[in-house]
Amino acid sequence: MKKASALPAGVVFGKPVNLRHLPWLIIVILSVILAELPRTVFPRWVQKYPTGWRLSLADWISAFMHWLTVDAHLGPLTVSGFTRALSFLLDLPLQLASMVLATGVLKGQGSEAVMLFPPVPWFALIIAIAALSWTLRGWRLAVGMTIGFLYLAVFGQWTSAMVTLASVLVAALLSAAGGLALGLLCVRSATFGRLLSPLLDVAQTMPVFAYLLPMLILFGFGPVSAMIATVIYAIPPMVRVTVVAIQGVPDELRSLGSMTGCTRRQMTWRILLPTALPGLMVGVNQVIMLSLNVVIIASMIGAGGLGWDVLGALRRLDIGGGLEAGLAITVLAVMLDRFAQALVPDARRSGPSGSRSHHRVIAGALALAGLLWIAAALWPAIAHYPESARLSTGPFWNDLVSWINIHFHDPLDVIKTFMLLHVLMPVKRFMLALPWPWVVTVVTLAGLWMGGIRLALTVGLMCGFMAVVGLWQPAMITLYLCGVSVVIAMLLGVPVGVIATQRPWLMKSVEVFIDTLQTLPAFVYLIPIVMLFRVGDFTAMIGIVLYAIAPAIRYTAHGISHVPESLIEAGTMTGCTRGQILRRIRLPHALPDMLLGLNQTILLALSMLVITALVGTRDLGQVTYAALSKADVGQGVVAGLCVAFIGMISDRFIRQAIRQPGS
Amino acid sequence: MQHPVLACRKVSRLYGARASEFVTDGHLTTDNVQTLQEAGITPAIFNVDLDIERGKTFVIMGLSGSGKSTLLRCLAGLTPPSAGKILFESKNLFEFSEADLIQIHRHQMGMVFQHFALLPHLTVLGNVAFPLEIQGRPRAEREEIAQRMIRLVGLEGREHRFPAQLSGGQQQRVGIARSLAGDPDVWFLDEPFSALDPLIRREMQAEVIRLQGMLKKTIVFITHDFEEAVRVADRIAIMKDGQVEQVGTAEELLVSPATDYVRAFTRDAPRAHILTARSIMTTSPSAGPFGGEVNATDRVISFARELDASSLPLAVIENNEIIGAIDRTMLLDILIGPETQAVGA
Ligand SMILES: Nc1ncnc2c1ncn2[C@@H]1O[C@H](COP(=O)(O)OP(=O)(O)OP(=O)(O)O)[C@@H](O)[C@H]1O
Ligand SMILES: [Mg+2]
Repeated sequence: MKKASALPAGVVFGKPVNLRHLPWLIIVILSVILAELPRTVFPRWVQKYPTGWRLSLADWISAFMHWLTVDAHLGPLTVSGFTRALSFLLDLPLQLASMVLATGVLKGQGSEAVMLFPPVPWFALIIAIAALSWTLRGWRLAVGMTIGFLYLAVFGQWTSAMVTLASVLVAALLSAAGGLALGLLCVRSATFGRLLSPLLDVAQTMPVFAYLLPMLILFGFGPVSAMIATVIYAIPPMVRVTVVAIQGVPDELRSLGSMTGCTRRQMTWRILLPTALPGLMVGVNQVIMLSLNVVIIASMIGAGGLGWDVLGALRRLDIGGGLEAGLAITVLAVMLDRFAQALVPDARRSGPSGSRSHHRVIAGALALAGLLWIAAALWPAIAHYPESARLSTGPFWNDLVSWINIHFHDPLDVIKTFMLLHVLMPVKRFMLALPWPWVVTVVTLAGLWMGGIRLALTVGLMCGFMAVVGLWQPAMITLYLCGVSVVIAMLLGVPVGVIATQRPWLMKSVEVFIDTLQTLPAFVYLIPIVMLFRVGDFTAMIGIVLYAIAPAIRYTAHGISHVPESLIEAGTMTGCTRGQILRRIRLPHALPDMLLGLNQTILLALSMLVITALVGTRDLGQVTYAALSKADVGQGVVAGLCVAFIGMISDRFIRQAIRQPGS
Repeated sequence: MQHPVLACRKVSRLYGARASEFVTDGHLTTDNVQTLQEAGITPAIFNVDLDIERGKTFVIMGLSGSGKSTLLRCLAGLTPPSAGKILFESKNLFEFSEADLIQIHRHQMGMVFQHFALLPHLTVLGNVAFPLEIQGRPRAEREEIAQRMIRLVGLEGREHRFPAQLSGGQQQRVGIARSLAGDPDVWFLDEPFSALDPLIRREMQAEVIRLQGMLKKTIVFITHDFEEAVRVADRIAIMKDGQVEQVGTAEELLVSPATDYVRAFTRDAPRAHILTARSIMTTSPSAGPFGGEVNATDRVISFARELDASSLPLAVIENNEIIGAIDRTMLLDILIGPETQAVGA
């Protein structure tokens, strides 16, 4: 900052302190004093936001939803009629996909249904996919995909996995296509982009639970609502990636388009999209991962599939069963991702992409798969993987957890008690003791200080919102739980990221580990933790840390390993030791990346809240969850907005910090 | 007289938030560059007047940031000028409808880019055939034409490679083949060889000269290298800070530079390759004796040895008449500059 250099350095406790940090120091000291003062010192309205001043936003939203579904008209159509029609339309591709993959063509309803034609049998699908993979990327991918699908069959997850696959495929396609379209619109019209951006922010940071209920009311209980919720959740990164990728197309290529006389449509489809494709695939990858992330939540409202199995297993406290179904989700995620990546034509590959022998292999494999499918229709006995040949690792996991529980109960308990007494409880007490006007003021001032009046207004209003709607207390608990978890995740993740970059083999295993953690539904590892530590804040914290640590590791590793080679060489030439290179060159250079990682860690931590609410926290997640079970639309949405705002406040601050290097 | 293919009439292009304040009805409201700069405006090009003749190679030269690319983009119909008119075949290029402009781009203009601008997902064949594909020509036809273009630039056998598998020189050959595929009348080249190393660069310059000999296009060529300009140009425009300092043949620029800037620009030029006998001879009548004869249009380089070997001056001939003479001191003046200049330097 320019201002800073003009300020003289002060001296505190004999150490030089840059005066620029002084305001922060004062704020911290004041906060501690305010938190330690007995509550009665303050007037009542400062202690607790008065109920009389509360904005009954929740009630208004509920009333609005009621009006929307009962009275509102869109032209001649009622709104609910319109949404039901939309729901019917969206159900069609979903039905088709699950017919082909999972249920087959049925006649009749429910248990009396008669199967007219079976779904694709497992071996036929494997043959077709393997052949396709081989032509796209060679035998490695083919073997990988085969093993993945065999896993699903052998461990008895096939049918559920296909139900999930069908809904994820449709949801991911919709999100990818929708995100692409919105992204293109944003590129074409800057105004549209500015209007859409805050909506995307909210959609990305608001817990899915919060908008699940409105979806249910508008689109009915069933897979379509689940799918729409999934799409809302998964679309923002696709839009963002599209904008970045399209804007990243070199100007020369655009000029080429104009010079060859491309019409607008040709420019988009022949120049912009193909050249931006590798970038766009990053978005597709995100979409797939996010879609799979919400399958469990979706399964709660009738999407079925693997998510449903996990949930069922957990209700029976069958950790092994839950873990198996959860791992199946991970396997599915990895396969989908690799396959999607393989669909991108690789320009570096030699030789023509669609040679004749490849075509012949695909045609042959598809014909064979088709024949096998028909055979399965004629002899239903061969269509299913034999029960007797199934394996299960469930008992193993169950035994493992109880073994740990028996042998390590005492040391685990010590850790838990220590953390609770010396970290969690004091922080929680401190956060709750802070008077709300003080917090709002500090946040606003920080905004003013870092980014100016606009930022100050944005963050100040968002912060005030939590008090005004009467959710200050749960918001502070949210902040405390997330704050502690994020700090721990960073404390663990940054060193791991740094160490991993020094050793490639370690990096590989860390990657696999965090990929698994991120795609494994959070429920699945929450349960063994609950069994080891019982319900409570500590359990919630571990869950959040496990889920949110991935970006802390990944971004650190990325930043550290992408320091320009010339800088390292310059360091070596000035005689830096390895440690000095790390501390003086790599770490400072990686700082912006690490801040981005922090940002992501916070967002992930917030998205875990609703799930940790299940283990008895009393934060905003709990409010959302309770609202969902009471069908209180307004309260759910408002609590969800609070979570979104916390995420957005931290996001704005961190982005500002990245923009001002050196501060 | 034939009308020029392309012409600029007081063309300006301003960049900056307040640019529109200084334009009314397609005319600048000020002739003063400083007023513009004080308002925070970059005049990327400023009041440019040019004629580009049919079938000739026109080179635009200047330092980085002098507005060459902007001028080229205006001429090619990519960037509308802030003020002034671009005339293409005597009609205002930016008054054509969008559909007409697309047709002009498809059939009458082609461009070669500095960084090649190859589409990474298409093969060499696909890239060269791309303009024809955009025109909607049938596959067989466009591939046949593309093959011919690929042969023209000497890339046969590499049709199915992807751009990433080619060297820089080869990539630019693809760029050239592609720009010619639509059989344009006007061929734009924006620093086509500055991303290439000197040897390949020479080769590619020769390539352009060879192609021009065969195809006789109207060429607009940008470079910041005077030697390159001399090799390919019929006429050269020298730009500085968005304005054209002088337009002329290489020899005119050398012999009578309009400004000090042009003089400085041409200082290191290969004078012997550029100057003709006419521009260095003395016209003061001299009866001889002469050591030999040269044509008035001969380049100095072609008779330098002869002049050096002979103790007598050479006679300069035009229409079988002696119009002047050249002696050895003149040769030295050319190679190391006249005496006065050498002292100054
Ligand atoms: N899109 C733009 N927005 C703002 N300023 C621009 C834009 N395009 C060009 N300029 C400015 O116009 C001036 C001329 O740029 P131009 O690209 O035409 O130069 P050039 O002679 O081609 O330089 P180079 O040799 O580096 O390619 C520069 O000062 C540049 O900063
Ligand atoms: Mg340029």
